[in-house]
Amino acid sequence: MSGAHAHALYYHEHSPVHRAPAACKLAAHLAFVLIVVATPREAVWAFGAYAVLLVLVGSLARLPLGFALPRLAVELPFVAFALILPFIASGERIEVGGLALSRDGLWGAWNILAKGTLGVGASVIVAATTTLPELVHGLERLRLPRVFTQMAAFMVRYLDVIADELRRMRLARTARAYDPRWLWQARAIAASAGALFIRSFERGERVWLAMVSRGYEGSMPAVGPGAIEARWWVASLAVPGAAGVVCVLAWIGLR
Amino acid sequence: MSAAPPALEIRELAFAYPDATPALRGIDLLVRPGERVAVLGPNGAGKTTLVLHLNGILRPQQGWIRVGGLPVEGEHLREIRRRVGLVFQDPDDQLFMPTVEDDVAFGPRNLGVEGEELERRVESALAAVGMLDHRDRPPHHLSFGQRRRVAIATVLAMDPEVLVLDEPSSNLDPAGRRELAEVLRPLDVTILMVTHDLPYALELCPRAVVMNEGRIVADGPTRELLADAALMAANRLELPYGFILAPEPSPSGRARTSDTGR
Repeated sequence: MSGAHAHALYYHEHSPVHRAPAACKLAAHLAFVLIVVATPREAVWAFGAYAVLLVLVGSLARLPLGFALPRLAVELPFVAFALILPFIASGERIEVGGLALSRDGLWGAWNILAKGTLGVGASVIVAATTTLPELVHGLERLRLPRVFTQMAAFMVRYLDVIADELRRMRLARTARAYDPRWLWQARAIAASAGALFIRSFERGERVWLAMVSRGYEGSMPAVGPGAIEARWWVASLAVPGAAGVVCVLAWIGLR
Repeated sequence: MSAAPPALEIRELAFAYPDATPALRGIDLLVRPGERVAVLGPNGAGKTTLVLHLNGILRPQQGWIRVGGLPVEGEHLREIRRRVGLVFQDPDDQLFMPTVEDDVAFGPRNLGVEGEELERRVESALAAVGMLDHRDRPPHHLSFGQRRRVAIATVLAMDPEVLVLDEPSSNLDPAGRRELAEVLRPLDVTILMVTHDLPYALELCPRAVVMNEGRIVADGPTRELLADAALMAANRLELPYGFILAPEPSPSGRARTSDTGR
């Protein structure tokens, strides 16, 4: 955790990537991922080019490798699946180090591994440079339905509050010599989950009262300072733009 | 007396909750513009129920309320909610937006305030509570005292005439309590303050009313009420251990001059 805006994935730094409006980063991220996925798996060089792009953006954001790499670990379950593919896929077999592996399976594994890693890498960069409130604003900017952005906003706001409440309840249990290690004590855990639900529900009612008191009449007021400067869009979309060129070249190269 | 209508006028207000527990049994109260009134009384006296009537969240079953001459009724509710700013006890209930700035802007935005005027209101409200430097922060990363001050700013941004505070000093450390008093004292609004903190009531409010069982049982200068041992005992009110009422008011005297200054 680092500083005031901290969520676990956020890296506090002052860089152009941090300053870029969240809407631009989100749009660029989505475009980049779509382009990566649309790239033929046989064009190995293209994925190298994408990785170089990510490293460039990452260094522009001044993210240390030691911060970014461990966060790629979220990908591991998918990697495990990818590693099985060469063994279980059917089709033509080739000999690799004494093992007969499926050619199709190998390409499939490579496909998942390369595209997955690039997608996660891009996500790590966006997450590391954007605070949660900015993300919600950005989504709202991108015209995501208000219901979703408002739910996300409330979640962002109250996740910590509820986590604190849970921590206090656990502390109170522990203080009374409760040691919830054994499965048959699940009953007490279920009870505290229920208590937590009731508390959150009651808080919801109080929050609603506070909202009504400040003139809430059923729809949230539109959020957002003035328009985003064009240069931010140009700069952000330059990344998927470059990736797009690589993708087109990759398809042409296959012909 | 000035020709301006009373800031708050309550007549024969009665209310019972759906389980038929009577919470208010005929409240009469007149508060003049600029006055600072403490509402004292034991738990269950109906203080919070009264507060929820002041901006029309609860509707009177009998009697009526006017705010600055305007009846608290359906068509005026938006204006009433602008005029009466409610600050709830738990700032985590009041601050529900992702950042301080968004939260302070919530009320004025609901009133249709936009652009530069909105910016100006957010800034002046945050400046009034000394939280301008924290405008971009998420509320969860503020101290409790800071959150309470932001909660007050969220209401100040609506340019209220009456500020209603529910237990403003609860859960504050001594310095936070003093800082809050420093924020409240210079504000140019009528204040109604529900509190169990009797020294705080004495410090900030020259006038107090005592509620018990849904009625106002005493109304007068705070110092005199607190000095009335029989009244205090009958209404479960007690000064903190070691607290002795000084004969001559100094802080409340200051507040009183600001009363007549309006």
